[in-house]
Formats: sequence, structure tokens, C-alpha cells
Amino acid sequence: MPEYTRLIYNYLRHDKKFPHVWCPGCGNGILLGSLIRAIHQTGLTKDEIVLVSGIGCCGRLPVYVDFNTLHTTHGRALTFATGIKLANPSLKVITIMGDGDSMAIGGNHFIHAARRNIDVTAIILNNSIYGMTGGQYSPTTPYGMRASTAVYNSIEQAFQISELAVTAGASFVGRQTVYNARLLDGLIEKAILKKGFSVVEVVTHCHTQYGRQNKMGSAVDMLKWQRDNAVPVEKAAKMSPEALEGKIITGILVDKELPVYEEEYNKVRAKAKGLS
Amino acid sequence: MAKMTYRLLQGNEAIVEGAIAAGCRFFAGYPITPATEIAEGMSVRLPMVDGTFVQMEDEIGSMGAIIGASLAGVKSMTATSGPGFSLMQENIGFACIAEVPCVVADIMRGGPSTGLPTNPAQSDIMQTRWGTHGDHPIIVLSPHSVEECFTVTVKAFNLSERYRVPVILATDEVVAHMREKVALPPRESLEIIDRLRPTVPPDWYIPFEDNSMGVPPMSAFGDGYRYHVTGLVHDVRGFPTSRPDEVDTLIRRLHRKIDKGLGYIQEGEYFLMDDAEVAIIAYSSVARSAKQAAIMAREDGKKVGVFRPITLWPFMRKDVEEILKNVRAVIIPEMNMGQYSREVKRVDQGYARIITLNRVDGQVITPDDILRKLKEVY
Ligand SMILES: Cc1ncc(C[n+]2csc(CCOP(=O)(O)OP(=O)(O)O)c2C)c(N)n1
Ligand code: SF4
Ligand SMILES: [Mg+2]
Repeated sequence: MPEYTRLIYNYLRHDKKFPHVWCPGCGNGILLGSLIRAIHQTGLTKDEIVLVSGIGCCGRLPVYVDFNTLHTTHGRALTFATGIKLANPSLKVITIMGDGDSMAIGGNHFIHAARRNIDVTAIILNNSIYGMTGGQYSPTTPYGMRASTAVYNSIEQAFQISELAVTAGASFVGRQTVYNARLLDGLIEKAILKKGFSVVEVVTHCHTQYGRQNKMGSAVDMLKWQRDNAVPVEKAAKMSPEALEGKIITGILVDKELPVYEEEYNKVRAKAKGLS
Repeated sequence: MAKMTYRLLQGNEAIVEGAIAAGCRFFAGYPITPATEIAEGMSVRLPMVDGTFVQMEDEIGSMGAIIGASLAGVKSMTATSGPGFSLMQENIGFACIAEVPCVVADIMRGGPSTGLPTNPAQSDIMQTRWGTHGDHPIIVLSPHSVEECFTVTVKAFNLSERYRVPVILATDEVVAHMREKVALPPRESLEIIDRLRPTVPPDWYIPFEDNSMGVPPMSAFGDGYRYHVTGLVHDVRGFPTSRPDEVDTLIRRLHRKIDKGLGYIQEGEYFLMDDAEVAIIAYSSVARSAKQAAIMAREDGKKVGVFRPITLWPFMRKDVEEILKNVRAVIIPEMNMGQYSREVKRVDQGYARIITLNRVDGQVITPDDILRKLKEVY
């Protein structure tokens, strides 16, 4: 078995009957590989990691890996994660959410988790569609694209997840495509090691729903589309807004030091006990 | 023997003290009348005892956070009223199926919708039982005095830990805002129950395996027993399944664990019931008026008693059936259109006459209201 396969194998659950639920070629599997490699790099133990997901195709991810895993309700992963982290700050809590999960039904929790600056890493799989329910438009479906609830094409403007995270006050925000899996590994590792609310927007493809409805070809075609449209943030800084139209700006968008909720709360405890 | 401590407390404050005494160390909530004092009290008390308070963005988030905290091994609670309680329902269902202990205080006010924010009601009785979708077990307790706000809150935590179910603490605005002198028992004299934790090596841990009680030991995230928790129907390992035999096994075990514990879970007060010819069945603040009405009726030579279920759910069927067999009539005063009385009627086999008394004008039910009703039968 090659080294990189063995590494992944070591983190998978073997008492869970594979195959997984995802379509062949889905980007969720690439992210799973990246996440495992990133966690491995951080040196954190399996016992220290809590992987929390919402509902959607990507919500099924935690069940396959040998961590403390929690599959919550649609949109609410961050609220469960908040409880876990505050109850036991020594745990490393990572959430896996979809674009619908985190931006529509869970949008409010997302901005507030960022504002509070809880030390949680939020990984968002942005495939611009509701995959699991069969291809309805999501808050990140671009204007003019087709979905099963927008057969006359979407007339809504899309959220920019990473930019929203920056505005909401996250300590760390990065975006990467699943095409650039190696870069994604490094980005996730940095996000996990960051103290404070960190966000990784993973631009991925749902060829089965979004790709099919918008005639974007196979999974491979969609990966090529990611390759051809990704622009590193450093390069993007020198480009005009027109040139950046429809591009995916990748890399670290924000990395700053902010008071972390759990640490601030220790001050509250000290005050409550009359110690300060 | 350590002594009782006497304090003048509000119902909501007593809930806070009961929770702290029971070992609650995490509270997530969102302000709402008439439950807000619980959140305020928790924000003051929890940091003193190394616990954590967080004000969430809404009640959906509050419910999610307390489930998360409980999964991390910390006893947790939230508190709300009708509108917030409605928002919590989906995640309450999660706690039911994933068997996560937690306590939800629902301080009832008039509804539906924003309703009557500052007036009392008992209109969530059915919602406490059936608010979340799907067949599920639940325990609902209802204190009727400030002192009981303390003791019943302790019991709520104990039951939720023992049976791994969410427990709803349902009372009304009157009880929550009333102030009374209460005797707080010394900490050492309180029975505090903690969830069973696995003792087997992690390799042997089967997180949702049946046992004689129907309640599997629960490990906390981080304890070395890495397992999967989901709101999907799951097999004994916690992995999603739709195999009919595994689905059936889980749903039936969830119910069986509560059915087997009925004797332990159910608690009610019998007041002047020994020779009663007419029984009043009442809970939370209305039970106070009911007791007063019974005393006044007896002054007139009428043998009236009160049965007060503290455990609203699971419905105290045996007790109620026995009462129905032994009295001529039962009066059920409620600050709703007749919710608990529906259950009483459901189990009545023509044993006794059932008379309902319903107030939905945001006002308390007085002893006189009950005595007037009594005249119709006695
Ligand atoms: C409260 C609630 N509403 C609706 C659903 C149905 N539902 C399941 S997954 C999903 C959308 C998932 O889309 P996304 O978050 O983008 O994840 P993806 O499937 O694309 O990975 C919806 C609407 C649900 N499970 N719960
Ligand atoms: S429907 Fe789309 S997102 Fe879901 S598994 Fe298939 S390709 Fe992936
Ligand atoms: Mg999606």
C-alpha cells in the first residue's frame, strides 16, 4: 500500500460498512483526504479531535473517520460545536458544513460564531447547490445559473462565503479548490492550528446536480474549471474587478489575532469569583 | 446533620439554584419573558463554579449548544417560553434519538405565537409531549412552588442523566415569578445522579447497545471512546441504518427505557384524597388554587381532594385510573383549552364524570373559579 493511502487508511473507520454514500467523482472525498492529511500534520491525536457536521452530502463525512464524530441537524453544526468547545476547551472542534447548511439555514449561527470568535474551525464545502436534496439552488448558486428550483435560472445574488466570514469577524479565513488538494491540505492545517474562529471555504464540484443541470460536464471537467479559474489572492490584488469576474480567489484572506471566547470567559470566571 | 438554608427566592431563581446543585455547569439561552431570570441567574452563578454561560443567537442555537456540552460530558440546560420552545423542537428530537441528557425549562405564557408574554398559561402541555416530530420518549416535570422549583429541577437533571433523555421542566409564569421562603436542603443530603460512563476498554465499547435498563453507558467526547453520534436512526454502534430490524430495535428501546422506569420517574401529590368523593386534578400554579378550593369545600362538608401530577409526562395513567374509579367526578382546571384533561378523558372508561375548567384569558384560576365549578356536581 502506498504511504499516502496507508495514512488515510489509518484514520478511517473499519467497522463502518463502506462504500460511502457519495457519487463517484464527488469532491467531498478529496476534502476528506485533505482533512486527514492536515490533521495528521498538526500532530493532534484522534481523541482530541471532534468532527461535527450538519446535514447534506458533506454532512455524512464524519461517520467515515475515527475521531469523536457528531452528525447534527441541518444548519446547526456550529451551535453543537460551540457547546462542545466551551464545555471542554481542550478538544479541537472542526465543523463540516455545506453551502446550504452554513449559509442558508445556518447562516445566522455562522456569523455569530465568527463574531464570538469561538476557537472552532469551520470547513465549508461550497458546491453552489443543495446536493443531497437533488439540486435546488443555494445561497451560493451564482446569478443566472440553473437549479431544480430555478429552471428559469436563478435570479438571486450569491453570497461570497469567505468575504462574509471576514466581515463577520473570523480570525482566519481561507479559500481553496479541491483541485488544488495539496494547497488545501496546508490551508486546513493552518486553520486548525489557528486560535480563534477559522474558516476554510472549499470550492468543490457537484457534477451530479449542479454540473448536470448547468452542462458543465464530468467531475474531471469541473475540476479543470476550478484549475482554470482559481486566482491566488496575491495575484488577485493586482487585478481589476472586471478581470476577477467569475474567478475564485484562493489562499489566506485573513489571519489576525483577536480575543478568543474561551480565554475571555476565564476572565469572567475570575471576576465572578472575586479574584480580579 | 447539616441544616437547611432558608432563603426568599423567586421561582426562576430557585430553578437556577436547583440546577447548580444538581451539577449543571453549562447554560446556553436566549432572553424571553417569563424565563429570562433563569438566564440572568445562570450568567452570574455558573462562572463562580467554573461552569459556562453563553447567550446564543436564538433558541435553536441554545438547544444545539446544550446538546454539544452534554456530549462533552457536562450537565447542561436552557430555559425559554412558548416561542423559543417552538424553535427548540427539532434539536429536542435530536437529544431524544441520540440520547443526550439535558434539561429544558419551559416557563409557559399565553400563546399561540407571541401571545401574552407577561401572563401565565399552561398551554404548552401537549407541545412538551409532542412538540418534536416522530415517536419519541420524553419526561416532563412541573413544579408548583418555589421550593419545588429547586427540588424538581434537581430531579429533572437526575432523570435526564439516568435515562439519557431530555427532560422538560414545565411550569407557568406565576410559579416562575412568585417569591416564597424556601428551605434549601444541604448539598450532602441531595441525591445527585450522574450518567453511567463506560468502564470497558474503548475497543469493546458499543455505544448504543441495549442492556437491562435499556440505557447504554455514555462516554464523553475526549474520553478515548471515539464513537459516532447522529440524528439518523442508527445501529448499536451509532452508524446510520435503515435495516428494518435495527430501526425497530432502536425506536422500541428508546420507549422501553422510559416505560421500565415509570415507577421511578412518576411522582405526584395526593392532597386530602383518602376519602375524596370529588377529585381536582391540577398542576403548576393552578394546583395551589385547587388545594385551597379543596380546603374551602371541606369547610362546607364536601369531601374534595386534589391529585397533583408532578410528572406530567409520561402520563400518570395508573394513578389517574385509580382516582377515576374511586370518585364521583373529577374537575380539571387548566389555563388552556383542555390539554391534560384530554389524557384523563382518554383513559376514563366511564368511571367518573369529567369536568373541565378552562381559562384562556391570561388570568390565574382562583379557588372561587373551582368552587363554582364544584357546585355543578357536588
Ligand atoms: C430542517 C431541515 N430542512 C430541510 C432539510 C432537507 N435537506 C437535507 S440536505 C439539504 C441541503 C443540503 O445542501 P448543502 O448544505 O449545500 O449540502 P450538500 O448536500 O450540497 O453537500 C436540505 C435542504 C433538512 N434535513 N432539515
Ligand atoms: S449529489 Fe453532488 S455533492 Fe452529493 S455526493 Fe453526489 S456529487 Fe457529491
Ligand atoms: Mg451544497
